[in-house]
Amino acid sequence: MDIFLQQVINGLVLGSMYALVALGYTMVYGIVNLINFAHGEVLMVGAMVAFTVVSLLGDSGLPGWVLLLIAMPVAMLVCAALNFAIEKLAYRPLRTAPRLAPLITAMGVSLLLQTVAMVIWKPNPKPFPQLLPVDPIDLGGPVITITQMLILLVTAIVLVILMILVNKTRLGRAMRATAESPRVAALMGVNPDRVISATFVIGAALAAVAGIMWAANYGTVQHAMGFLPGLKAFTAAVLGGIGNLPGAVLGALLLGLVEAIGAGYLGDLTGGVLGSHYADIFAFVALILVLTLRPSGLLGERVADRA
Amino acid sequence: MQALKHRWPIFLVLALGLLLLPLAVQSIGAGWVRILALAMLYVLLALGLNIVVGYAGLLDLGFVAFYAVGAYMYALMASPHLIETFESLAQSFPQGLHTPIWLVIPLAAGLAALAGALLGLPVLKLRGDYLAIVTLGFGEIIRVFMNNLEHPINITNGPRGLDRIDPMSLWGLSFSKPLVIADYKIASVTLYYWLFLGLVVVSVIVCYRLEHSRIGRAWMAIREDELAAKAMGINTRNMKLLAFAMGASFGGVSGAMFAAFQGFVSPESFSLMESIMIVAMVVLGGMGHLPGVILGALMLAALPEVLRYIAGDIQNLTGGRIDAAILRQLLIAMAMIGIMLLRPKGLWPRPLSQSAGGKSQ
Amino acid sequence: MSLLEITEVCKRFGGLQALADVNLRIEAGHIHGLIGPNGAGKTTLFNLITGLYSADRGRFVLQGTSYRPQSVHAVTMAGIARTFQNIRLFGDMSALDNVRVGRHIRSSAGLWDAIWRSRHFYSEEARLREEAMALLDYVGIAHYAEHRANSLSYGDQRRLEIARALATEPRLLALDEPAAGMNASEKNTLRNLIERIRSDGRTILLIEHDVKLVAGLCNIITVLDSGRVIAEGAPDEVQRHPKVIEAYLGASA
Repeated sequence: MDIFLQQVINGLVLGSMYALVALGYTMVYGIVNLINFAHGEVLMVGAMVAFTVVSLLGDSGLPGWVLLLIAMPVAMLVCAALNFAIEKLAYRPLRTAPRLAPLITAMGVSLLLQTVAMVIWKPNPKPFPQLLPVDPIDLGGPVITITQMLILLVTAIVLVILMILVNKTRLGRAMRATAESPRVAALMGVNPDRVISATFVIGAALAAVAGIMWAANYGTVQHAMGFLPGLKAFTAAVLGGIGNLPGAVLGALLLGLVEAIGAGYLGDLTGGVLGSHYADIFAFVALILVLTLRPSGLLGERVADRA
Repeated sequence: MQALKHRWPIFLVLALGLLLLPLAVQSIGAGWVRILALAMLYVLLALGLNIVVGYAGLLDLGFVAFYAVGAYMYALMASPHLIETFESLAQSFPQGLHTPIWLVIPLAAGLAALAGALLGLPVLKLRGDYLAIVTLGFGEIIRVFMNNLEHPINITNGPRGLDRIDPMSLWGLSFSKPLVIADYKIASVTLYYWLFLGLVVVSVIVCYRLEHSRIGRAWMAIREDELAAKAMGINTRNMKLLAFAMGASFGGVSGAMFAAFQGFVSPESFSLMESIMIVAMVVLGGMGHLPGVILGALMLAALPEVLRYIAGDIQNLTGGRIDAAILRQLLIAMAMIGIMLLRPKGLWPRPLSQSAGGKSQ
Repeated sequence: MSLLEITEVCKRFGGLQALADVNLRIEAGHIHGLIGPNGAGKTTLFNLITGLYSADRGRFVLQGTSYRPQSVHAVTMAGIARTFQNIRLFGDMSALDNVRVGRHIRSSAGLWDAIWRSRHFYSEEARLREEAMALLDYVGIAHYAEHRANSLSYGDQRRLEIARALATEPRLLALDEPAAGMNASEKNTLRNLIERIRSDGRTILLIEHDVKLVAGLCNIITVLDSGRVIAEGAPDEVQRHPKVIEAYLGASA
């Protein structure tokens, strides 16, 4: 039972990080109908920038949590600016192009970001310093580290802020309107370019936070670290219903739980045939199942594939 | 089409040139002929993907899976691995498992086509972006399986891969040894090159004939506007399946040839990067246009070698951070972004039919 | 026996009852008009008949055989061809190719024929080319055969779409607002073409907003409003029908 609870905790932590990235996917998709393949790399950039900041300030004698506090806004800013530029330079010109075009571009951007990161930070994985106390807190069986608690807390706070933003502010209204019907929104005076840029920027900030949390939780960063989490977060967004914000969070938490619990028990369940290295393709299998059986996802509206 | 018939002297010269190329290049080094042979394999792959992406308009990001299927199929049927792993087989095949070429090619094509059809069945109703991600997922799933199917039964030998694969042999002539005619020695890689070149020629003819046929027109209709295609009575699901299966079959044959050529296969050769590169070949070259696709394939296949020459300097300039492999990735990434922005139809796109000059909607 | 008989068709979209108890009967050789104010459900009914949506309830009978409009391509194979309100041609393909695609279901050369270039392939291709050219000629754009479809003028594109639909040899040709966006002379040409199609023995279902055009062409007009049939009959009957006038709120005829 303890193991199960432990995996539940791990799953929720994992799911929180996926949620932050999934929100970016789902928001962008809701507004411009584009799967931003490169979104996972934004997570990576956030982690790498944080790594650099923390490394530079490492000798300053400041306590770990302060370094984290400094690194976070820096990473968020860099990622936001990066995503803003990418949208403006690579995606915006293709808004009226056939659907294949932005997909190819997004793949190119993803590859570019990974390669540039490889050049700047060199290909080998780097250890991300332990900024927070490592000793896990005993919950009477399962344990949880401060980092994990922080992840859950930060995610919750970010979600609340996002909900307020989307539901109570002018920008949020504009975003929702543009997602529903860009033309009508434009007629109402909403500038679609600004709304789209804002969406990309917000998504990037979320991914940056996820990246830092990921680095802090797993202790390493590397140029290729964004690929799999990105794909899984996308699966989570689809699982919850693409374009649906609460759905993205729900899908992400579910996926995180399935992955953590599954990885733990897969070996036992299949009598040793399938080991835990198959865990990575869980997300893909889940994605294929969702898209084949219930393409609208758990909370999404029916995706009309006609026309 | 009439124009082609009149240009046959050019084709003849081109054909002769291509045939004699390796003999000329042989003297510089067998390495170059090897590159030519591999380039031919990439052309085959690009031609196959072109059917899926270029004709039918379906973005498949996991095409390398079919390449892997063909390669592993041949590897298992023409190497000692299965004999060594399964006692019962060793008894049934005391002389080992070998498969002749005339069996390999149709089998690889068929198996890959089957894989394509199975893969296509659940996913072809998905919209472009989703289809892309799902096919990417399949490519990764295949790779993970190839990497892990070693326990409880060792089928693929995991990350170590399968080696000691039979070389190709045609009518008793094995490609593993050079061919000696009178005093002239033809390197073994040259024999492979000619075989692959032959396959490419056959493939080009097949693709051309498909393109200019009722089937090709149906595919292009689906690419242009799937709903309108359905309104014409076309069973788009079946047509898409057909495109997938046909494209996959090219991948399978190419994979089998690769396995024979290299003598060894491992999951590393079938990564996502390969799939992306093949997509890049088709897209950069000119989607749906055979000469463009071939150009794209040759360019990207030759790229690593060209880069090796200039990479040395760049490596020094950047203190060893950028080597040929990284440079290649960088260039492919920038090319993909650049082409979509500047020349979305590719470097050598289909010549458009004339314009009637009317106001287009 | 009527060519097309639809009974008790209902369709609901979420909270909106788009069509309720709609009956429609189209006689062979007629031009049957379908009109109504915006939002009346014309396009919904049209899309139901042609298989784009599936009805919640209702019977569909084409020439005595009942069909279930579940999929668009099956409907076309059964004999109903349609055009689209906002022209959906295969833009980058030539006009000739567009029509040849229309002949797809009336031809049979398959994968092997194509690859091996069998005799069947060559004879069929020659036949297809002839038939397609004949159709282009029929609608008056034979000289644009090798031109790119999206480079044709708007009126010519409409005609091409009709030629393409005719290529499927439909028993019922369903036109979705074919005169939309046309000027008077273009409408005249279109009207002549539709007349010609009818006199050559085809049956046509027509959604249109241009009441004059509809009145001049149609044998029978069905009027929809808010998802129900409010009138049906010859044009002059319908035009004088009080409910129709009320529905249009006195819009000039």
